[in-house]
Amino acid sequence: MFDGYTTSELMSIFAMQGFAGLSLFSVFVLMALGLAIIFGQMGVINMAHGEFMILGAYTTYLTSGFFQSYLPSLFGGYFFIAMILAFLICAALGALIEWLMIRHLYHRPLDTLLATWGLSLIMQQAYRSIFGAREVGVDLPDWMMGAFQVTDLVELPINGLFVMIIALSIALGVYLLMYRSTWGKKVRAVVQNRPMAEAVGINSAGVDRMTFALGCGIAGIAGAAFTMIGSTGPSSGQAYIVDTFLVVVFGGAQSLIGTIVSAFGISQAQSTMEFFLSGSMAKVLTLLVVVGILMLRPEGLMALKVRR
Amino acid sequence: MGTTTTAAGRRPFGKGKGLRQSLATLAASVMLATSAQAAVPPTEEVNTTGLAVTDDTVQVGILHSITGTMAISEIGSVQAEKLAIKQINESGGVLGRQIEFIQEDGASDWPTFAEKTRKLLRQDDVAAIFGCWTSASRKAVLPVMEQYNGMLYYPTFYEGLEQSPNVIYTGQEATQQILAGIDWAVKEKGAKSFYLLGSDYIWPRTSNKIARKHIDKLGLKVVGEEYYPLGHTQFNSVINKIKLKKPDVIFASVVGGSNVAFYKQMKAAGVDFTEEDPLLLTISVTEDEIRGIGGENVEGIYASMKYFQSLDNPNNKDFVAAFKEAYGDDMVIGDVTQAAYLGPWLWKFAVEKAGSFDIDKIREVFAGIEFDKAPEGYVRIHENHHLWSKTRIGRAKTDGQYDVVYETQELMEPDPFPEGYQ
Repeated sequence: MFDGYTTSELMSIFAMQGFAGLSLFSVFVLMALGLAIIFGQMGVINMAHGEFMILGAYTTYLTSGFFQSYLPSLFGGYFFIAMILAFLICAALGALIEWLMIRHLYHRPLDTLLATWGLSLIMQQAYRSIFGAREVGVDLPDWMMGAFQVTDLVELPINGLFVMIIALSIALGVYLLMYRSTWGKKVRAVVQNRPMAEAVGINSAGVDRMTFALGCGIAGIAGAAFTMIGSTGPSSGQAYIVDTFLVVVFGGAQSLIGTIVSAFGISQAQSTMEFFLSGSMAKVLTLLVVVGILMLRPEGLMALKVRR
Repeated sequence: MGTTTTAAGRRPFGKGKGLRQSLATLAASVMLATSAQAAVPPTEEVNTTGLAVTDDTVQVGILHSITGTMAISEIGSVQAEKLAIKQINESGGVLGRQIEFIQEDGASDWPTFAEKTRKLLRQDDVAAIFGCWTSASRKAVLPVMEQYNGMLYYPTFYEGLEQSPNVIYTGQEATQQILAGIDWAVKEKGAKSFYLLGSDYIWPRTSNKIARKHIDKLGLKVVGEEYYPLGHTQFNSVINKIKLKKPDVIFASVVGGSNVAFYKQMKAAGVDFTEEDPLLLTISVTEDEIRGIGGENVEGIYASMKYFQSLDNPNNKDFVAAFKEAYGDDMVIGDVTQAAYLGPWLWKFAVEKAGSFDIDKIREVFAGIEFDKAPEGYVRIHENHHLWSKTRIGRAKTDGQYDVVYETQELMEPDPFPEGYQ
């Protein structure tokens, strides 16, 4: 398939393809981190994860509308405020949901699956009633559109770079929070041994609520970032949920590092295969490889060893 | 909506004689009396098969998804059908009878569509059903329509390969849309090579099959053909492939949320469609979709369809004005919405030509029924139950509307089973 191209053309295509793989990687990391925190630390499978992302996207949509009407001079920077708002709103809703619903279901993992799935349906229909069934178009500042010209042939999309930066910052933030803060220490203690953690005076219910809120908040930021590359509609969240699960389960349910490694592996495999095969075929092969590896390592790539 | 339709929407009543006069029908008869109608033919003559027809009303069904993933697309069709029904009622109804509609929700679920169809035909005895959007829902409804001999008016452009005695297809079938579009790109833009890209299900695959055959016939080249799963949101790899293959035309039939991702990422990757290098020709992006994608992301793309909101003719001006008056100024009208609007009108003309509501009698008169007040201009029903219609090429602007840059001279003949294209 490479007949008749010069070496420099091929090199630049491969450079851009490498970049495509990396930006898919950062999208996966953004999607999966929130879910991984909740699933890994609490054992709750949040089927409404995609809907929390879309809540973040709608927050961005509303913020952009607000800035356009009232603060047009600051429009170029509204996106950062939108991300903060998305985080706060999703985290607040997450905490509320945890208090209303999730905490009553902690020892019944299948029930949380059903309950959060129901929640996702409720949220979708709520979006439909509030924002209408049609997708909304989120206006972005001009500087976020377009591409960054490296050489004549190599162009890197700015929004791809932007998503990458957000993904890395959030991954770093989560790492610091989990492994370098007192709160992170508490969370890890609860995960490893809940009765003992309670015995030394950790408020495990409070830790659970904060963890769930944090996971939902990160989903909100991811949703805000994805307004740059995807659609914002009542059921757009559904498009992300399968890939998100794949990444988290493949990485090993209780390991954040595993999530990142698996996001990298899956994104590279998929984007390379997409280039050489057709899109649907690439997806099929990626899934087959993942299924194969999970049969050999049912706990995922990096399973946390805990004494039960 | 209309004053005469909703009030009596679900009132049960005896077939044949409407003895209980509701407020709505009273209003209707006053209207009839004042508008000097021709004598209304008696019910037992125009309805011999037990349909829900009384001396002054007739019931029809509207069956679309107003919840679930398809609601985004189907709500425009519901609005258009209700508008047509309201206008028909204001102009005196059908055979002197006011139309009442019963609306059911298919809920984006194909078995539900079949179930609701059965309910509409068996329990409500409706005289016509305006509905369905996806091919999957139509296929689910089809056996029920044929079993109970109903008549469905189906608005979406679709892949063809179907011709049921119980369906009137008011949208275009694939050849009408595709052949004209490709011919235009070749003649007007000198296109030599094509890249076919679509979502992975029956409509894009069949469409691209037809496109590929046609491109082969013209002696030109297809340099890539590719499908992505529905809901796919990452198109960077295929964009790189397109940059590598340098086709003259990207022929796109990506649908749903994927559409938004695709065009945003094309734009971000530095592809400016206004430069036409490559030119992008789509058969799936109507004005409705542009609302979600954002006009600035699709500026300069071309679409091949039979209707654009910006069509400049008196019928369309009236239609757009009426639609906006009914549903608000910020509404946009896409190809399918217009096709849905045709359904009730075509049904009315058929009933009046046959002088009867009976399905078997109107089926005999369908061929040749014409509608010269159609927003798209003029349409006529072919004996294969599809419509003769013109195909247009529109170019997208940042405000989300299309400029019509070309239209076929003649009406395109519908050909659901194209020879040599299967």
